[in-house]
Amino acid sequence: MGIRTGMEVSIAISEAVKLSRAEVIAAYPITPQTHIVEELARMVADGELDAKFIMVESEHSAMSACIGAAAAGARSFTATAAQGLALMHEMLYIASGLRLPVVMAVANRAMSAPLSIWGDHSDIMAERDSGWIQLFAETGQDAFDLTIQAFRIAEDERVSLPVVVNIDGFTLSHVIEPLEIESQEDVDRFLPPFKPVIQLDPDKPISIGPVGFPEIYTEIKKQQNVALVESYKVIREIWNEFRDMFGREYHPVESYRTEDAEILIHIAGSTAGTARIAVDMLREKGEKVGLIRTRLWRPYPFEDMKKAVAGVKAVAAVDRCLSFGGQGGPMCSELKSAMYNLEEKPFIAGFIAGLGGRDITIEDFFTIVKETKKMLEEGGGGEEYRMIGVRE
Amino acid sequence: MPQEKQHPGFIPRLISPRELFAEGNRGCQGCGEALAIRQILKAAGPDTIVCSATGCVEIISSPYPETAWRVPWIHVAFENAAAVASGVEAAIKILKKRGRYHDRKINIIALAGDGGTADIGLQALSGAFERRHDFTYICTDNEAYMNTGIQRSSATPYGASTTTSPAGKESIGQTTPKKDMPMIAAAHDIPYVATCCPSYPMDLLAKAAKAFNTEGPSYLHVLSPCPTGWRHESHLTVEIGRLAVETGVFPLYEIIEGRLKMNVVMEKRKPVKEYLKHQGRFRHLGPDEIEEIQRIVDEKYVRLLRRAEFDRSLER
Repeated sequence: MGIRTGMEVSIAISEAVKLSRAEVIAAYPITPQTHIVEELARMVADGELDAKFIMVESEHSAMSACIGAAAAGARSFTATAAQGLALMHEMLYIASGLRLPVVMAVANRAMSAPLSIWGDHSDIMAERDSGWIQLFAETGQDAFDLTIQAFRIAEDERVSLPVVVNIDGFTLSHVIEPLEIESQEDVDRFLPPFKPVIQLDPDKPISIGPVGFPEIYTEIKKQQNVALVESYKVIREIWNEFRDMFGREYHPVESYRTEDAEILIHIAGSTAGTARIAVDMLREKGEKVGLIRTRLWRPYPFEDMKKAVAGVKAVAAVDRCLSFGGQGGPMCSELKSAMYNLEEKPFIAGFIAGLGGRDITIEDFFTIVKETKKMLEEGGGGEEYRMIGVRE
Repeated sequence: MPQEKQHPGFIPRLISPRELFAEGNRGCQGCGEALAIRQILKAAGPDTIVCSATGCVEIISSPYPETAWRVPWIHVAFENAAAVASGVEAAIKILKKRGRYHDRKINIIALAGDGGTADIGLQALSGAFERRHDFTYICTDNEAYMNTGIQRSSATPYGASTTTSPAGKESIGQTTPKKDMPMIAAAHDIPYVATCCPSYPMDLLAKAAKAFNTEGPSYLHVLSPCPTGWRHESHLTVEIGRLAVETGVFPLYEIIEGRLKMNVVMEKRKPVKEYLKHQGRFRHLGPDEIEEIQRIVDEKYVRLLRRAEFDRSLER
């Protein structure tokens, strides 16, 4: 049985890593990821976690060490944010290309310049196409559960891909939340020891990471993409098993008060908490507004998303990231692409909010819904996206 | 895994006849690196994991679906061989402790060229040395980015002409002295550092064996003549390696627990022009420049002899 407790979310992630019996942790400190790695370092120092903690000299080396450790057959974990994630960029493609099940927590933070240690999603969006399975947590419980699930998903031999768990920097990473910490016995039952598909082993010498000439590169990339797309089924299967064991449900797209809704707010991450309150308040006034939240960002849950928006008049897609010179926000663009070939599709209004730690308030969501309604009344035109809460 | 062939003619009682780096790899004729790796793996034996940086060795040894490696091998990227080896080493330690890996000694090698070591990989290397991982870092130094077409690195020697430090009306080629990588490694106070060259196979084998038997990090700097980049005849690889040592251009020494020892001391060093004259990359140099190179070599050599003498005095 688990224990119900109050805990800082970063610490809860460290607990999840400990309960997952991680074997190699390699990390470099960066705000707002630090509490996760500090707690893991403490656990190793106090003998609570029997793992190798490599205090590397950069995030590039953190991911490189995790790749080496995973190739040697160890369960590997790292955590980072923003500039650190960008420094890993090259390695992220190699981790997925080599099909190594590394797990990473990202305390999402804005990209410099100007330097900002505060939260938004521009760090992870730059890694959208790196071939990782990408999950977003809304709550501390999500963060704890997803971290344990991430190892199980990554190491499933049908998947063999790295997984990133996104938690909003500060607004999720540094808050204390009530959550259920599961027991070691139960986590062990859910997550057996890592059985590597490929391993650096002198008794069976193999070469990992060779040169791929044009005759083979395309085929290898297709294989990798098939694995990522088909991981969807495995993820659903593992989430069902998790539900049966621990009683908490996980879906690729989470819906809140979407029944008979005409306008849906779409968002990812912890801001959904604020959006829920806004939806409740609007519902009290009789407005038919609901909320959808992307939990599984890669592989993109096209069918779930189509189902979630079926029948609504408009979606207000809110991104915490600006795609410069493009359509506004990456999640909004993706949503629009997913709907484009449908005969009946909702009007999609794009909004950018919450950049670099700017709060997204309940009033902001009121504005977002109001503007969406207005654009809808005007026939669904208007600019590609609007930025919310800009002081002008 | 490629079919293993044994060469019993290879002084079988002294050196393992097993060829763990397969013949038929795509190295250029007379490749000094391929020769060095062949020798190093004889010292290492099959219980070895090699973490390669991007570069000549990686390209010539792993054109998928072929491989020249008869030991487990991983290539990740250019600048991180030492960081990958850190992860492999940590993993094997913890897996052994948990009873999930062979309980025998495994040699972990990080292998990179001079660019992957002295330039882009220096940070990862420094980090891994400072953290005291139990591994051997081997730099096969051919003194430029040969894989991409002979571009200069910080290990390119003074006066050498490369495609990005070309000799011309206004330039003698590389205008800066070669970065002293073995001394940078030694400055990390690691237990074992050695310079070696495949032209001295018994010295190289002995040093490789010492490095693998060292607990903690060790560093081998292997001068690897490159006919393609140095523009010398391919049958001269071994000869040029010898001349590098005999002229004092590349002194063979080891630093054990901080104490420097010269391994091959020349009573009378040959003039550096004996070494330079075979190589197209130095062909443009006039007597003044050759004199300058001689001066640099002399000064460094004398400094090493003095240091060796001083370190020996500490032992008394």
